[in-house]
Amino acid sequence: MGPHHPSTHGVFRMMVTLDGETVVKLKPVFGYLHRNHEKIGENTTYLASMPYTDRLDYFCSMTNNWAYALAVEQLAGLPVPERAEYLRVILAELTRLLNHTCLAGFLLQDTGASGTPLMYAFREREKILDLFESLSGSRMMCNYQRFGGCRIDATPEWLAAARQLVNGYNAFLDEYEELITGNEILMARTQNVGVLSPALAVNAGITGPMLRASGVDYDLRKVDGYGYYPRFEFRIPLGDHGDTYDRYMVRMLEMRESIGILRQALDRIPEGPVMDPKAKIRGFKPKPGEHYGRIEGPKGEIGFYLISDGTANPYRYRVRPPSLINLTILEDLCLGHTLADAVIILGSIDIVLGEVDR
Amino acid sequence: MTMSDATRPAINAQTSAPLSGPTDADRDELRRHGILLTSIQELANWGRSNSVWPLQFGLACCAIEMIAASMARFDIARFGSEVFRPSPRQADLLIVSGTVTKKMAPQVIRLWNQMPEPKYCIAMGACAISGGPFKQGYNVLKGIDRFIPVDVYIPGCPPRPEALLNGLIELQKNIRGRHIAGPAPVEADSPTAPGEYPVPAFGERDLEPTSNPKLWQPPVIVRPDKP
Amino acid sequence: METLAQIHERLAARFPAATLTLVPNPAPPAQASLLLDAAHAREIAVFLRDDPALRLDYCSNVTGVDWPEKEIVETTRSVQIDPAGGPPRTIEQKTKRLQPGCLEVVYHLYSMALKHGPVIIRLRTGNRSDQITLPSLTPVWRSCEFQEREIFDLFGIVFTDHPDLRRLLMWDEFTAHPMRKDYVEPDDYEWEPTPHDDVLAKAKAHYPAPAAKAE
Repeated sequence: MGPHHPSTHGVFRMMVTLDGETVVKLKPVFGYLHRNHEKIGENTTYLASMPYTDRLDYFCSMTNNWAYALAVEQLAGLPVPERAEYLRVILAELTRLLNHTCLAGFLLQDTGASGTPLMYAFREREKILDLFESLSGSRMMCNYQRFGGCRIDATPEWLAAARQLVNGYNAFLDEYEELITGNEILMARTQNVGVLSPALAVNAGITGPMLRASGVDYDLRKVDGYGYYPRFEFRIPLGDHGDTYDRYMVRMLEMRESIGILRQALDRIPEGPVMDPKAKIRGFKPKPGEHYGRIEGPKGEIGFYLISDGTANPYRYRVRPPSLINLTILEDLCLGHTLADAVIILGSIDIVLGEVDR
Repeated sequence: MTMSDATRPAINAQTSAPLSGPTDADRDELRRHGILLTSIQELANWGRSNSVWPLQFGLACCAIEMIAASMARFDIARFGSEVFRPSPRQADLLIVSGTVTKKMAPQVIRLWNQMPEPKYCIAMGACAISGGPFKQGYNVLKGIDRFIPVDVYIPGCPPRPEALLNGLIELQKNIRGRHIAGPAPVEADSPTAPGEYPVPAFGERDLEPTSNPKLWQPPVIVRPDKP
Repeated sequence: METLAQIHERLAARFPAATLTLVPNPAPPAQASLLLDAAHAREIAVFLRDDPALRLDYCSNVTGVDWPEKEIVETTRSVQIDPAGGPPRTIEQKTKRLQPGCLEVVYHLYSMALKHGPVIIRLRTGNRSDQITLPSLTPVWRSCEFQEREIFDLFGIVFTDHPDLRRLLMWDEFTAHPMRKDYVEPDDYEWEPTPHDDVLAKAKAHYPAPAAKAE
């Protein structure tokens, strides 16, 4: 299957061996979107890599920006103003809503519910993209975070618009869940399909909602407590069975928690600068050293490993792509299921090819 | 420094000579009397331009905006192109939406070869046009027009859905001016399979060949200011 | 969690034959790392994973790093006293030393059970041309599977006992290792409106006599 196949979410290829309709062997083939992100990152300055991080996981440019900014800030020991930290949390949670909403749409598309669920999802996506656009100037490629803060401050009108969106989001989720979550066809197609055991999930380095659907309580927002997440109250939804339905359900529940975080953040966001006044935009050269910084992206742990040799370019620039590593267990999940189920399992893993191949 | 247009290979000149016959004023006069005058060519082009079926083929970031263009807010159905076909055999339009890597290029050309005539190609986004921001990459093809003919280029990274719609309208205008018998015979086709574009092979360091010389030549640089 | 120095001591006591080096990190968070020798890497990895106090069950990130040969110029200053009784002179002596190149793999380990980390371990190859084999840690942590394949593809490190060592990103016929520092890109230059630096050099190479046309 692939690399041109409507159900592969991009140019992903699987070499599938079938017995009748049952999958007996499945080998993924990567590299059809290998855009040399890391090599380009080593040949440009630290700041010039920021727009490229947008294009890693092109649904979640804001969290990619944050992960990279966080890694560089920790490497160079830069402080971040309070308002910028709040804005980062707001934007990251909006990105989580965006990603999980689109995922639910695409997952339903894969089960054969062609069109309508995806239309609902993209209707909400457009609303969030409007917010991103009015803040950063671009719909998808926001390029918004900087080392030591954010590029542009949010206006009170923007915050009011964000609050309005957040207040209306629960209604959308209610509507969506009423239509889909209890749907008999969805349950029949997804329950007990692609069961992932917790032991295998941990050993294979699965992160994000995939891992938590298998019942492993590991969320970097709680574990690392990066940014201002320790200041917010939220719960981590966990799955019981680790099947495709759990992976869908965990994401729906995570969105409810994200709405809670967004409400708290929008209530408490302080006034102040969004950029550290001492932060150096041009001619930024961190001291020699190395650092691995990571955050909880919507798809899993996204991290950046940087080795600095004291020059303006990183000596080594490495992205830890959650989508690629979550694909490690694709064969284990698909064995014994039909080919149509393999499509749904791939959809529930939630990959973006820009990040898988980089 | 300018690129001289005369040196460009003129193989993709598909637009036919303007039709001779009744002028627009004549037709308006006839229409007032209830007579609709048309030609087979106009009728065919009208039909073709208003039911362009794109191939459901996403490469990278731009594909998401392509999907967004087909969704409720931008609604590509208003222009008759909502029927995204998963099979190239049923599609008229190849939207190259995103970065074409060297590993993917042969597959894109094969898809193009599998599409039936008349077929059109839109290069959507900076990457498909020239490699875009990833131009320095060792695995990135510097523009899909090195291998297949492109009708409309849409710049942007990624282009907004409105830009895609505008590109589609431009393509429709282009289609209305074409000859009914289709494009001129392809000069760039492969020697073994007539009508098809040659598919490059994977080499040890790069694609072989790196471009289709009949379709694309490196532009000639003319620098009158500096010798 | 124990500090890396404590882990180092425990490992040294447990594996006396292994060569372990603590690599310091001058960056502010000071994520220091432990350089293992390739012969004992697998045993130590299993120990780190199963030790009840550490339980590093999650290997997050595997990175390949290329360190080409580097010429280091060291300046030594010595004070020489003039036997004739004049003022002492400072003599600078420059010595050139060739630091051998190597390929390196860095593993970032965390514990999901005990929620701590990172513990960073590194492995180094002998050189960059013929001694490029390292033991694969995929049997210990499955998350290394694709990342080690990627390193094999882009850096050319051969991992022994890897279940499926093929190129991950580039096509199979490809022979080079593009992430190495001395990789030369294929020459597919294209015209640019404002060439400068290396692009200008390429432009001149492609168009050797533009001046004749301009006149």
